[in-house]
Amino acid sequence: MITAAHYLALSAILFFIGATGVVTRRNLIVIFMSIEIMLNAANLAFVAAAAILGKMDGQTIVFFVMTVAAAEAAVGLAVMIALFRNVETVKADEVGALRW
Amino acid sequence: MFYPLAAVTVVSALAVITARNPVRSAMALVATLASLAVCFVALGAHLVAALQIIVYAGAVMVLFLFVIMLLNVQEDPHEGGRTGLKVAAAAIGAALAALFGTVLLRGGGSVEGAWPAGFGTTRALARVLFGDYLVAFELTSVLLLVAVVGAVVLARHDSDESDPGEVEEPQ
Amino acid sequence: MVESAAYLRFIVLVPLAGTVFNVLLGRRVSRAVVATVACLAVALAFATSLRAFFSLPADGALIDDAYSWIRAGSLNVDLALVGDRLSVLMCLIVTGVGFLIHVYSIGYMSHDSDVARYFAYLNLFTASMLLLVLGADLPVMFIGWEGVGLCSYLLIGFWYEDVEKAKAGMKAFIVNRVGDAGFLLGMFLLFWAMSAHGNASLRFADINAAAPSLGVATATAVALLLFVGATGKSAQIPLFVWLPDAMAGPTPVSALIHAATMVTAGVYMIARLHGLYAFAPRALHLVATVGALTALFAATVAITQNDIKKVLAYSTISQLGYMFVGLGVGAYAAAIFHLMTHAFFKALLFLCAGSVIHAMGGEQDIRKMGGLRHLMPTTSLTFLVATLAIAGVPGLSGFFSKDEILSAAFTGGHYGIWITGVATAGLTAFYMTRLLVLTFYGVYRGDPLAYGGIHESPASMTIPLSILAVLAAVGGYVGVPALLGGHNALGSFLEPVLGSHEAHMGAVVEFGLMASSVALALAGIWLAVVLYTAAPDADEQLGRRMGGAYRTVAGAYFVDALYGRVFVRGAVGWGRALWRWVDVGLIDALVNGTGTAAQRLSASVRRWATGNVADYAMSLLVGVVALVGFLVLQGLG
Repeated sequence: MITAAHYLALSAILFFIGATGVVTRRNLIVIFMSIEIMLNAANLAFVAAAAILGKMDGQTIVFFVMTVAAAEAAVGLAVMIALFRNVETVKADEVGALRW
Repeated sequence: MFYPLAAVTVVSALAVITARNPVRSAMALVATLASLAVCFVALGAHLVAALQIIVYAGAVMVLFLFVIMLLNVQEDPHEGGRTGLKVAAAAIGAALAALFGTVLLRGGGSVEGAWPAGFGTTRALARVLFGDYLVAFELTSVLLLVAVVGAVVLARHDSDESDPGEVEEPQ
Repeated sequence: MVESAAYLRFIVLVPLAGTVFNVLLGRRVSRAVVATVACLAVALAFATSLRAFFSLPADGALIDDAYSWIRAGSLNVDLALVGDRLSVLMCLIVTGVGFLIHVYSIGYMSHDSDVARYFAYLNLFTASMLLLVLGADLPVMFIGWEGVGLCSYLLIGFWYEDVEKAKAGMKAFIVNRVGDAGFLLGMFLLFWAMSAHGNASLRFADINAAAPSLGVATATAVALLLFVGATGKSAQIPLFVWLPDAMAGPTPVSALIHAATMVTAGVYMIARLHGLYAFAPRALHLVATVGALTALFAATVAITQNDIKKVLAYSTISQLGYMFVGLGVGAYAAAIFHLMTHAFFKALLFLCAGSVIHAMGGEQDIRKMGGLRHLMPTTSLTFLVATLAIAGVPGLSGFFSKDEILSAAFTGGHYGIWITGVATAGLTAFYMTRLLVLTFYGVYRGDPLAYGGIHESPASMTIPLSILAVLAAVGGYVGVPALLGGHNALGSFLEPVLGSHEAHMGAVVEFGLMASSVALALAGIWLAVVLYTAAPDADEQLGRRMGGAYRTVAGAYFVDALYGRVFVRGAVGWGRALWRWVDVGLIDALVNGTGTAAQRLSASVRRWATGNVADYAMSLLVGVVALVGFLVLQGLG
């Protein structure tokens, strides 16, 4: 019997994986991709909830999340390009100008 | 049906965060997104699954790959050296798992439940989207506009900037 | 019986208006206008006092309830003025002598450029003194008390560019302040006691009436505290040290403030509160003792002084002691009588001294004078009259007033005080004659080059001298005792206010007393004349022979040095210690410490900002976990 719990657990695991990627990796682009994983994990949770409740609101939210994630990806990558032009690197360690 | 699907998703997600080569990470991410789309279909969200493939796996990942190529990102031999962080991340992961576990063990409703007719179809989504969430929809369009403008401004070359004060003398 | 008289306030307000005029416009108008306004103000005050004098109801007083001032709980204080026989008499003295001194100042200050400020201060002083004298209750008197203290400071330090003069002004103010502290404490204690007995008023009439019910202990305590204030203002032991230094001010100031009026405020105050003091006999005894000791002490110092003004300063302290003796033995009217005659001859003495100093271009050392009577006849003659008056030569004013005090002391059984007083009379005669002889008689011992420039002072200065001389001569006739055929008009006049002091002794005894003091005075005069005519430098020889003793007396028994070491250095030491330990050590440490602590805290906290995005993400995660955990656990529990 596949219950909502299964899908929610999958969502949690994916979220955890994404979080680990954000924290662990040095490459900024990979960090970004990990963030995308986390967003998708959230999407999965919403869709599961919609299925449980039988209402379309959950899927509508997913719609919005996807939109926003796309916009964010675009802008974020543009920032990365601008950053790369200035510091010639995409390694998180070397972009530490805001250090104390 | 569920378990193989879940397995594929998790494995490809792990591949994303562990691959040395960024291009490999990107490919793994595409796989993850695709398997998630299948999950959506299993949950009756057909339109959303389609959008996932088209928008996410299609447009966004292509963008990612473009940027990776543009910046000529190489493999990093020193990648993954921060062990302290890995341990901490593992600990946090365990904590998260425990938390979610306590919630999930209470069980949830059946997934293959009684869905209303037309659940997950375009018509149903449109009804809610343009009905209850109309304002949010409009605002999201503004957001997209802003994102486009921002991306263009941020990414263009400095040498293209012209002196704003100069006016061409009419001959 | 009390009559309302709203014009009383003008006695105070007109001189005040003079001050305001000279403060605001004095610099812009001519010298003549400044002087005229100032003198006119005092003259108007004198005229108004005269009107009050002639309007005095037969058996009561004039009242001017000018303004309702403090209404706080049970404390009701009005700005009220009372014109009874005592206060109107004081007004006449203050304004009359004050007017003469204002006129004198025109000539004396003719070379000074800052006349506007001078006359403004002088008018302000007059207004304050009049307020002091006319006040119907203690707080109003205190306003005037403080006012004259302030003006004393301002006028002593009038030539403030000279640091020593400025210091003298400060010394006067600070020593007065010590006395004022006593005054204030006495006033508070009195109010507390009065309220406790159901009469929460500080009007003099109420105080004197309620005195019997206050209890001897309280009355004595109040009387003593108020007397501390009087010693400060009237330069008695132990707070007399400011008066000799106060001679740094212009001489007319010394005449007005430190001879005729301000220093008599203490005497007036005790006379006003005679009802209270009558019920504190121990306090009265102390007053008389202090007065007698001060009189003797100051007289001994006066013998040794070489500055003409310092001699007169110590003489003032000595004569004030006489007044306190009069008060202390219960002869209040006699004390006021002596206050009046002293105002005449002491002001005259100071003004003559000023005339001499003015003529000699600022010289004040009598060792450099001599033979001036040929060059300054009017000054010399009036000075002679004043000297005879203060010495107590029969017929002149000083004789009558001094004698009244001494006989009151004797009949009251205070023989020790009587002997001290008589001895002081002898010394007074001696040192004043010494001053007269060394200044005006004999051979000129000063700078030969200056001799030609010495001349008599202008009329604006000599006319007041003459008027005062007349007063010093005949002013005593209002108080001729019954023994000599008079009926003591002054005593009877003041009797409704101050009560009477009956002298119960036989005519023979009284004549004997009188004769003894007169004899001593004449002996003193004769000794001084003989000694100083023959050997003007007698002091020097005496100084060589008696060495240390002479120096001690001449240095006023080094009281100043004692105060300096004990109080001044003590206070400075306290201040330093407090500065080091409290201000720097505690407060600054706290304030700076807070800053340092904040800095250190932030230095340790800012290490969190590593600049690494991954670290920030980690922090986010930790926060999320915590938050979710909290919510979950809350939901569970």
